[in-house]
Amino acid sequence: MALLTLEGVSMRFGGLDALQDVGFHLHEQQIKALIGPNGAGKTTLFNCITGALRPTAGRVLLEGRDVTAWPAHRMCHEGVGRTFQHSRLFDDMSVLENVMVGRHARTSAGLLSAFLRLPRHRREEAESRQAAMDALWRVDLVDRADQPASSLPLGERHLLEMARALATEPRILLLDEPAAGLNDEETERLATSVRRIRDEGVTILLVEHDMGFVMDISDEVVVLDYGRKIAEGPPLMIQADEEVIRAYLGEELE
Amino acid sequence: MSGGTSSRVSRFVPRNWSFAVLAVAVLLVPAFTRDTYILSIFAFMATRFMVVVGLWLLLGLAGQISLGHAAFVGLGAYGSAILVTRADVNPWLALVMSAVLAAAIAGLIGIPTLKLKGHYLAMATMGFGEIIHILLIQLKGLTNGTDGITGIPPLSLGPLNFSDPRLYHLLVWVVALIFFLLALNLTNSRLGRALQALRRSEVAAQSLGVDTSWRKLQVFMLSAVAASIAGSFDAHYVQFVSPDSFTLNVSVILVCSVVIGGFRSVWGAVWGTLLITILPEIIKRFNEDAVNLVFGLLIIVIVVLLPVKSGPLARLQLLLRGRERL
Ligand SMILES: Nc1ncnc2c1ncn2[C@@H]1O[C@H](COP(=O)(O)OP(=O)(O)OP(=O)(O)O)[C@@H](O)[C@H]1O
Ligand SMILES: [Mg+2]
Repeated sequence: MALLTLEGVSMRFGGLDALQDVGFHLHEQQIKALIGPNGAGKTTLFNCITGALRPTAGRVLLEGRDVTAWPAHRMCHEGVGRTFQHSRLFDDMSVLENVMVGRHARTSAGLLSAFLRLPRHRREEAESRQAAMDALWRVDLVDRADQPASSLPLGERHLLEMARALATEPRILLLDEPAAGLNDEETERLATSVRRIRDEGVTILLVEHDMGFVMDISDEVVVLDYGRKIAEGPPLMIQADEEVIRAYLGEELE
Repeated sequence: MSGGTSSRVSRFVPRNWSFAVLAVAVLLVPAFTRDTYILSIFAFMATRFMVVVGLWLLLGLAGQISLGHAAFVGLGAYGSAILVTRADVNPWLALVMSAVLAAAIAGLIGIPTLKLKGHYLAMATMGFGEIIHILLIQLKGLTNGTDGITGIPPLSLGPLNFSDPRLYHLLVWVVALIFFLLALNLTNSRLGRALQALRRSEVAAQSLGVDTSWRKLQVFMLSAVAASIAGSFDAHYVQFVSPDSFTLNVSVILVCSVVIGGFRSVWGAVWGTLLITILPEIIKRFNEDAVNLVFGLLIIVIVVLLPVKSGPLARLQLLLRGRERL
């Protein structure tokens, strides 16, 4: 059974059909890319999957269970993690604290334990700190742990978003344009991290405009255009697809 | 350090010299003065401090504005006054019952209002505050209208009678300091981080598993409880309550003190409280009626004239601007 299934997902904003009848499967330990021109609906699809938006039609299934329009925090508990295209870091916290917020779903201390620093809370804090450091290690940001998040350069901001999402122990990780603003070397490092994360058992769905990166890293590609899926398949097939070339790739690949 | 009670205590009390200094300093005040005027300023400072710390958690930490917090102080004060003078309830029990009522009301009005952002939240909470104020005046049978309720007995505990201003000073400050300590602990916890995170971006916080609606409601209720308890203490101390103490004016001054103290740390609540309790006393020496005028001007200067790029005011403005886009 597919880990994640989309069935006829549609999203309408007023008169605009941002998504129309989009469906595909995401299988365990896949790296799947979602590509398409600006405004194609990629980010909107992420929002629909993660519960940030309620799709106007269609279903989102997690291991066959209908999770359509579950609240976003619950999707996190279910193992769906995400990053944002326009970074939403907690700029007034340190890098480590940002990642520790990602432990929220995996910890449980309530108001009373926090107030009284009960032993359980202190144990959890220590564990959270450790898990957050591990997540930072996975994206190669450990030496930044104590810096303010606001001090990170653009490329590392996205890495921090990834670490934060990893700290939630996701089964599926959705990355929205992780390579934006990176130079070639940084993109290479990102690709290595993403592969390693996949090898550790996380399934990945990513949006990216850098076609070199996409074709290099993904097992399968879904192409959106004006909110519709126009193609799906392995990278080589997508590169050869006439409609895709017309809609998108032609300009970008040359 | 190893095991035993002392290390357990020292962990509950974070190794925080600033807190120790503050606590010792205020608790020593009665050793140096018997002046009832000075002690009364300190007594109000303690209860203001509780309200401001609670409001700091809501506004400074979680970024949710309330322009109706005087109403929760009023609920505590009137709750205690009515239960104790009319129904002969034990004052401590009355204090707890009022706080529970304040929490319940905060829960009820928080569910719809905390969905709102920025100016809308400000207006909704302001409306709530005004409704409570009007009810305090209009429900004459219960509240005695604009005349207020007199004859509220001072608090006592076994042989201790807190009508002695110095004893009361110790009582009210111990309560306020404990609450401050709890707040310090909270900010350094899983929940504190969650609140700070949702202030910055609710969408991001939710994606990391924070149930933002519930956490906002929780901190709103918490701040209402702090305000209510402060109100109960005031009522027993002054032995009188009337509706004028719980106006929009007071709510605005409370918000100002949080903004002036800053959002960076809950310690800002200390400076904010000092300002709103000391400044009026100083102004009064020159002119009794100038207090409101000066506060009004202060607010205008802060909110309108100061060109701010960062700091708490910029944050407040940002926060008032409202909803984040997906
Ligand atoms: N919250 C919203 N309200 C109204 N319209 C929206 C909203 N979010 C997205 N849209 C519109 O939906 C369409 C798809 O936007 P979306 O952000 O999903 O595109 P995208 O494929 O991620 O583009 P890009 O590559 O530029 O990030 C756009 O026309 C956009 O203006
Ligand atoms: Mg996008």
